[in-house]
Amino acid sequence: MQFNIRSSRAMITRALFMFFALGLSASPVFADGASSVTNIFKPDGPPARAIFDYTMLVLAVCAVIFVIVVGLLVYTVTRFRHRREDDGQEPPQVYGSNQIELAWTVIPIIIVFVLTLVTARTIAEVQNAVPPPKALKVTVVGHQWWWEIRYPDLGVVTANELHVPVSDPAQPRPTFLKLESADVAHSFWIPQLAGKTDVIPNRDNSMWIEPVTPGTYLGNCAEYCGTQHARMLIRVIVHPQGEFENWVAAQKPDSATDTNLVAAQKPDSATDTQVKAGRDVFFSTSCVNCHTINGTEANGKFGPDLTHLMSRQTLGSGAALNTPEKLRAWVRNPQNLKPGCYMPDMQLTDEEMDQLVRYLLTLN
Amino acid sequence: MVAANPEIPLARPLVSPSIVTRLHGLVVTVDHKKLGLMYIASALFFLVVAGLMASVIRLQLALPNNNIVAPDTFNRLFTVHGTAMVFFVGMPIVAGLSNYLVPLMIGARDMAFPRLNAFGYWMFLFGAALLFFSYIGAPGLSGHGSAPDVGWFAYAPLTGRAFSRGNSTDYWTLCLLVSGIGSLSSAVNVIATAFGMRSPGMTLMRMPLFVWMMVVVSAMMFIVIPPLTAAQIMLLIDRFLGGNFFNTQSGGSAVLWQHFFWIFGHPEVYVLMIPGFACASEIIPVFSRKPIFGYSAMVGATTMIAFVSMGVWAHHMFSMGMTSVGNTFFMISTMAISVPTGIKIFNWLATMYGGKIRFELPMLCCLAFLFQFLIAGLTGIMLAAVPFDWHLTDTYFVVAHFHYVLIGGMLFCIFGGIYYWFPKATGRMLNKTLGLWHVALFFIGFHLTFDTMHIPGLLGMPRRIYTYDPGRGWELLNLITSIGVVFQIVGIACLAWNLIRSLRKGEKAGDDPWDAWTLEWATTSPPPEYNFETVPPVRSARPLWDLKHPEDPDWKYE
Repeated sequence: MQFNIRSSRAMITRALFMFFALGLSASPVFADGASSVTNIFKPDGPPARAIFDYTMLVLAVCAVIFVIVVGLLVYTVTRFRHRREDDGQEPPQVYGSNQIELAWTVIPIIIVFVLTLVTARTIAEVQNAVPPPKALKVTVVGHQWWWEIRYPDLGVVTANELHVPVSDPAQPRPTFLKLESADVAHSFWIPQLAGKTDVIPNRDNSMWIEPVTPGTYLGNCAEYCGTQHARMLIRVIVHPQGEFENWVAAQKPDSATDTNLVAAQKPDSATDTQVKAGRDVFFSTSCVNCHTINGTEANGKFGPDLTHLMSRQTLGSGAALNTPEKLRAWVRNPQNLKPGCYMPDMQLTDEEMDQLVRYLLTLN
Repeated sequence: MVAANPEIPLARPLVSPSIVTRLHGLVVTVDHKKLGLMYIASALFFLVVAGLMASVIRLQLALPNNNIVAPDTFNRLFTVHGTAMVFFVGMPIVAGLSNYLVPLMIGARDMAFPRLNAFGYWMFLFGAALLFFSYIGAPGLSGHGSAPDVGWFAYAPLTGRAFSRGNSTDYWTLCLLVSGIGSLSSAVNVIATAFGMRSPGMTLMRMPLFVWMMVVVSAMMFIVIPPLTAAQIMLLIDRFLGGNFFNTQSGGSAVLWQHFFWIFGHPEVYVLMIPGFACASEIIPVFSRKPIFGYSAMVGATTMIAFVSMGVWAHHMFSMGMTSVGNTFFMISTMAISVPTGIKIFNWLATMYGGKIRFELPMLCCLAFLFQFLIAGLTGIMLAAVPFDWHLTDTYFVVAHFHYVLIGGMLFCIFGGIYYWFPKATGRMLNKTLGLWHVALFFIGFHLTFDTMHIPGLLGMPRRIYTYDPGRGWELLNLITSIGVVFQIVGIACLAWNLIRSLRKGEKAGDDPWDAWTLEWATTSPPPEYNFETVPPVRSARPLWDLKHPEDPDWKYE
């Protein structure tokens, strides 16, 4: 890895500044200083904003305590240090004082009391929100190591990328997530949109997000879930006003697949012949046992739904960007890009590989 | 050692015995001092081993998309690192310190149950051996070796038969079961010794705070280790007898494991931390030349921490979907614990206030501890603040926080304790120059690593990921975090060299090098096997102060 000296120096300065800012104030340096897009100090939407405001209060209280106690410590250590010119006498022996003990018991109790009140209010505000009728409902299922995303009201199934509409503060349209796990415990966390909620098998959890700015938001699985916990990334794509409906229409089971089928079944060019051959490869190997392609006999549930594979930004739950080269590398041997994942090397010949990738590229 | 030291003529043969005889002596010994030192030496050895594991972890994370270890290897490293540091470094250091010091501080001949004491040590050592042996033997006779890779809190159902094949998880379970038995036998011994074997005149409220705190810690072990043991047995039943406690595929509960584990796991933090407080409560008064400020408040605060810490466990589970009422309850109990903790910090400050502070090595460690433990407490409040915790939990912020507690808090106190009591245990002083290098380098390394480590957590970096992509602002921070490890390694090397060298060549310490006030300084250094020829009269919490200052003894003010 190469470092640009100037930018790394700037980064050091920024890191130090951020560290001290953490202790000192609710300064907005976090909001615009960081290049990270998973910064909890750049909230978007009501639940994240509520947490952010509360966080700043907690940081301020902690900063005040820090300054006072460190001040006392530094003063005591410098003022009462042993000096060379000391007379060798022991200092006055003081055993304690009930009044002083009482003071530094009661004052912290008051601080804690105030903090608990504010905290309880924020907990309730975020956790007990009631979904409005217009809210989008999504079911997120954690798998080792990818996310299944279902829109029960819309009949859409996808993976690893959660598409939601932007919410207009005048007409809120939050997204409520039902969290389920197919195997072990995971945790769903998009730092800019909300705090994390664990995804636990045999337990129904829920959370909500309400992004107000269109864009792509990143996150990771935040509960250790086995070998590839590191490569279990999430993306939330927030569509501008009106465009979410277009995305839903494009994802409908019967929208795109038919054309794939038509192209595959009635080859009219060399490319189409390759696609058809690739389709044959797909359906003659065990790909179909794990993956679903709508409108075909492939209806496996163990791996991600591939019906609209090419509409996704990444492969392998964020293991690689979804480009034709990476797609080829992925199918060639998923263990190279994501060692330990449950998709095996299918041992295809180079020709079969070319054909299969051609076919997969038509799944858009 | 060719000839016996003329200053310590007792119980030393003229010709030093062969190495086999000496090792045999260690195996069969029931002497609390030998066992205490064996505990501490083993713990320091495992500290180095588990520390080197952490260094490999940091090497892997120093750069994005690094490829030094495979994902599974990485997962095993952090699992074994965490398990070893908590159970085979922290716990034996606690047991070792209390074994060595409690009888000496109360003027007793030995622990109440010397054989049980030896049994506890060997159970701990076999437990540790099981954990490390898993690298060779875990999947069973036919497979290649592999250590557990389920994380140190081993959340269900990742530990189930379906997701953890082979025997690596079983090694993990068994090593905790076995060492848990060791910890319990050590705990019962400390309590029996402190309650039954105090020298005449030493009432409970004249016990050194160190002994008080070890008693509280031992009582906590009684309460919190059984749930851990129960959970491990339930896990074994799941894995071998077809039980379904945690098997979610047959209606078991993953959350049940979390409750069981953290009912143990959170008080465990205090089981490790309070012995740190215990060292600080002995060292700070001696080097400030004043008695501890508010002795009874310190005892009360320690007991309060012990009680409240039993009711805070679910703050590790704020993100698992408890009701808002549950979250609020555990937020309140967790924040409440900051009150007695604050009392302690203020009492230590008040002890120094008006004193004449001597900056010897033990005191330097305790000053670093005070500063670092304050920060650890404040990040603890942030983590107790539920909505903030929804972001922070399971990120590098939490990793930085608990390393701040256990290294910045506990380990610095233990270092202080080593510098303070090494002269008593060996009769020789540790070298001050080497000690300063150790403390300075370790201090710098600690802050480079763990101050920096908070920030990636705020920038969305979850813990336990074996690698990460560039572009999220984590790269430089992780590099600095890893660079800090180099300083820590050199610092620990200075300490190790100092310990080995001073054992032979250190300056003679004498009985009471620090001009201290508790009973252990009234006997020779090292103490003879029977500890005391005569125990000085105990009429206050500082019997040696009374001896040294007959014109102004403590007991006048009791």
